[in-house]
Amino acid sequence: MIYLYLVSGIFLGWALGANHAANVFGTAVAAKMVRFKTAATLCSVFVILGAVLGGAGTTATLDKLGAVNALPGAFMVTLAAALAVYWMTKLKLPVSTSQAIIGSILGWNLFAGSATDIPSLARIVLSWGAAIVLTATLAAALYSLFRAVLKRTRVRLLVLDAYTRAGLIIVGAFGAYSLGANNIANVMGVFVPVVPFRNIEVAGMFTLTGVHQLFLLGGIAIAVGVFTYSHKVIQTVGNDLLKLSPLAGFIVVLATSLVLFLFSSRGLEGWLLAHGLPAIPLVPISSSQSVIGGIIGIAIVRRGRTVRYRMLGEIALGWLAAPVLAGVITFFGLFVLQNVFGQEVVRRAATVAPAAPAVVPAPLPPPRTTILPAGAPPGLTIDIPRAAPDVRPAERTVP
Amino acid sequence: MSIIHLKQSKIVQAQIDEFLDTISQASLAFRNGIKEYLDGEIGHFEGTIGEMARMENRADELRHSIETQLYKHSLIPEIRGDVLGLLENMDTVINAEKKTLLQFSVEMPVIPAAFGKDYLALADVSVSAAEELVTAVRAFFHDFNMVTNSLHKVYFHEKEADKISDRLKRRIFSSKLDLSHKIHLRYFALHVEDISDHAEDVADRLGISTIKRGF
Repeated sequence: MIYLYLVSGIFLGWALGANHAANVFGTAVAAKMVRFKTAATLCSVFVILGAVLGGAGTTATLDKLGAVNALPGAFMVTLAAALAVYWMTKLKLPVSTSQAIIGSILGWNLFAGSATDIPSLARIVLSWGAAIVLTATLAAALYSLFRAVLKRTRVRLLVLDAYTRAGLIIVGAFGAYSLGANNIANVMGVFVPVVPFRNIEVAGMFTLTGVHQLFLLGGIAIAVGVFTYSHKVIQTVGNDLLKLSPLAGFIVVLATSLVLFLFSSRGLEGWLLAHGLPAIPLVPISSSQSVIGGIIGIAIVRRGRTVRYRMLGEIALGWLAAPVLAGVITFFGLFVLQNVFGQEVVRRAATVAPAAPAVVPAPLPPPRTTILPAGAPPGLTIDIPRAAPDVRPAERTVP
Repeated sequence: MSIIHLKQSKIVQAQIDEFLDTISQASLAFRNGIKEYLDGEIGHFEGTIGEMARMENRADELRHSIETQLYKHSLIPEIRGDVLGLLENMDTVINAEKKTLLQFSVEMPVIPAAFGKDYLALADVSVSAAEELVTAVRAFFHDFNMVTNSLHKVYFHEKEADKISDRLKRRIFSSKLDLSHKIHLRYFALHVEDISDHAEDVADRLGISTIKRGF
């Protein structure tokens, strides 16, 4: 039964793989620069590597927003996000898994009566906008740079074709790694506080923790999505919606991959902090919206090409619609799961851990009553400690 | 690095270069052939036709091989159709040159000495259009930024060919020759002029491909 709850995460992972592989290998496959099998294999391997090795950063951010503390609750949170994504996709509205999962977590917070960390939420929402602007800026800069280099260097057409092919494969693999690292939190992040796996010692060389196994499972689900359904999406996205030349596609994927990496790398965050620089928040962002940002960046550099500002409006609408829809589904889903199926969707006693190492009473408040007797010399004070209250303030746990 | 196909790219590039060399050599041979015919060196002229046929066969072989390689290894997929169309149309230039020389050989038109100079000038300017076309197509594969530099020269030579042809035809029809002779001479002026028209058609295609390929 415990493992059955993970099905919703696996489903969301499959949907993510099916829809988002197009963002990293779409141009290469649609333009017939790279064969689908090659792209799918590379994408799967690097998504799994990214998820297992680099997925912790964004997961911690989602955990701050709301720690779903019961497995049935996590199941419903993920299922609601998946359903919201599915429904909005059916309605042909732009939707992001990252935005849907945030709405689901907020729905859980509301149901559980748990407070939402507003600064974390604000940071996440700001990051969505920042990611698009950053991708557009990076794509515009990279495009200008490559155009200038190509004008100065006389690269032959067929050699350039071979280099572009190599570039698309390299940035595609990098993009898949970044996608796995950034978006695994959407798929398996809510299961982390209730991870059902035990640590596994692998040949005495390293330990595969429960969280690693969870991310591995999510990564495999994404990979299955890539192999089973992404070809169709790639053909649609690559040929109908975002037809780009292989070189422009290379720039867009490179910019998107860099931004996904920036928003998920703990190593980079540590390096920035160590050098006194402001750290980039580790937030799951939408790879599809970053791709659109990249295309807008190139369109701005190519003067005369119009930018469809309506598309930006649709993206902004998606920011509102996806979380609201996912939140509403989560709230009602949790209600049904709890009251109809009798599942514990919220662990109420989770704040007092039974196995906590030590419990000490909170310290008494400092003395606050000072009485000065009549005729007392100046400077003399008598402190009378306040009596301990009958009901102790909340106990605190000492780790 | 079979995924990248760098080795195949270099092989195809070498074949494209050889194809363009062949077209260029055939144009020079065409010019020589016309001169030999006008000079009455029929033996040499027939030899040039044989040489021209060999070059045309070689160009066909190269074009088929390039086509196969481009599809087999999925090279330059986004402009493959344009490139193949370009090479096929280049082939029409060499075909037109060979066909014109063959017509001279079969019909043996009697060209009065007064018009010989004009025919040679027409052949020169038509061959120049074809030569500039080869330079433009070579730039398309080697140095993309130089394509437009050669393209406008193709158009210039084509217009020159039109002017010379027009002047030649007026002179022919204002002469005292028989009407049948006049029509025969006009027919050959048209054929020589056709070379530059073919070059212009390919240049149009190349211009569109250049815009499409723009980064």
